[in-house]
Amino acid sequence: MRVQQLSIFLENKTGRLARVTEVMGENDMNIRALSIADTTDFGILRLIVNKPDQAVDILREAGFVVSTTDVLAVEVDDQPGSLSKAMTLLDENGINIEYLYAFVQKDPSKALVVFRVEQVDQAIELLQKNGITLMSSEQVYKL
Amino acid sequence: MMYLEKEVETMTREQLNTLQGERLQALVKRLYEVPYYREKFKEKGVKPGDIKSAEDIKHLPFTTKQDLRDTYPHGMFAVPMEDVVRMHASSGTTGKPVVVGYTKNDINTWGNLMARCMMMAGLSKKDIVQNAYGYGLFTGGLGVHYGAEALGATVVPMSGGNTAKQLMLMQDFGTTALTCTPTYALYMAEEAHAGGVDWEKIKLKVGIFGAEPWSNAMRKELEERWNITAIDIYGLSEVLGPGVACECQCQNGLHINEDHFIVEVIDPETGEPLPDGEKGELVFTSLTKEAFPVVRYRTRDISVLHKEQCQCGRTLVRMERVTGRTDDMLIIRGVNVFPSQVESVLLEFGETEPHYLLVVERKGTMDDLEIWVEVSDSMFSDKVRGLEDLEKRLRSRVLSVLGISAKIKLVEPKSIPRSEGKAKRIVDKRPNS
Repeated sequence: MRVQQLSIFLENKTGRLARVTEVMGENDMNIRALSIADTTDFGILRLIVNKPDQAVDILREAGFVVSTTDVLAVEVDDQPGSLSKAMTLLDENGINIEYLYAFVQKDPSKALVVFRVEQVDQAIELLQKNGITLMSSEQVYKL
Repeated sequence: MMYLEKEVETMTREQLNTLQGERLQALVKRLYEVPYYREKFKEKGVKPGDIKSAEDIKHLPFTTKQDLRDTYPHGMFAVPMEDVVRMHASSGTTGKPVVVGYTKNDINTWGNLMARCMMMAGLSKKDIVQNAYGYGLFTGGLGVHYGAEALGATVVPMSGGNTAKQLMLMQDFGTTALTCTPTYALYMAEEAHAGGVDWEKIKLKVGIFGAEPWSNAMRKELEERWNITAIDIYGLSEVLGPGVACECQCQNGLHINEDHFIVEVIDPETGEPLPDGEKGELVFTSLTKEAFPVVRYRTRDISVLHKEQCQCGRTLVRMERVTGRTDDMLIIRGVNVFPSQVESVLLEFGETEPHYLLVVERKGTMDDLEIWVEVSDSMFSDKVRGLEDLEKRLRSRVLSVLGISAKIKLVEPKSIPRSEGKAKRIVDKRPNS
């Protein structure tokens, strides 16, 4: 149930994000989800792509610093309060969420959210036990 | 013209040569009893008997900064530790500093030479000297302090920083002389002009500035802003500290205290002495120091010597303002900084081949150092907190190794320009300093 996320270091200067998307496009890499965390000096671009291993090689080749992290892809009903259930569960069990961001989902009744937590296995067990759907990496990459 | 020691300051070249020759012979004889030097002299095939005059100095081996590092901390001390009454240290090229020591006599000699310099600059026992050089391991603060006391002047030991208080005491005490780095003097002037200072109460007439390179343009600016005579002073801890050389009121080169130091100018490539009047690397031999003498110490400072008598009447040779370095040392806010020190910090952080760049700028009147570090896979984290923490840890290590604060800027790999495979380590954007 672990999904591989790519993190890319970007300096805060024009054209860097464009360059990443350009490299991905040229190499037929499909971006499933993305989020940027930025400070005044730099940003971290986080990507979920269809072929993460290849994407890492391609990006490194193009001169980027890339790391991979295991994250969770949580599927929740697209209605008020459903995300809160997952959040509360994690919180009550002392699992700290480093960050999260939303996916584009083709099924309009569902929402997909990426969770980055330190205790991945513990979180998987907890969420599944409580009937929350986690998407497998194959499912996510194929979206 | 006032001299502290007229006899030596105005002696003929011949008399000076004789004095230097005698002192050099005594020095070599003394050093031959110190195991480190005995071995070094033997390697070069020199015996005390070979040194008969000041000219024979060319037979002695050079001393480099590397030698000082290799013998850290006291390998080159020439007296037992019980005779050492003071230690100072300056930044080395990597983590470890260069350590120097002084006997009681050395402290007296130093104070005396510094007092001589202050008198050259036009000061006397009537002056109130506000000393804003940093006190501590750095030789600037205590060096000037002891000199001012030896002169009999009133010394206000402010040390660096705390500008508001500096300005307040300057007015309240009627400070007549300011001693600090030129950039700090400029910064203080700016603050003073920004308001709150009663210029009627400012009695400053002389500034003695050093510990970093500065230009004539900067001198003019300082003299105008403070309405003072700005005097350039030169010294380095390895040789003594401040007081090796100083300008007189003619401001026509810095008089080197040649009764205590032999100065040579060499070709930095070949090590060959250059004829008078040619530009090259300054090399100093201390003739009278007991605890930490240096023999032909290569300063890496570039300058030119002039031997004609000065209008002030002094015959002591004059060196021109230092125009550059033969190595990559930077002087930032009076502190010596080597790129290799930054490299050593990055190596500590587990980087095997760190790429970095030191960017120095003058922001307002102060020097500002930014260190660009290329982020590598091993440093990188997907969490903002992880990278900010890395910046913070680097900043604090840099502060402790370099002794000055720097901003750390993380940059993408290969974004620092490389020339012929070798990375450029320094961008100095300061106006011709």
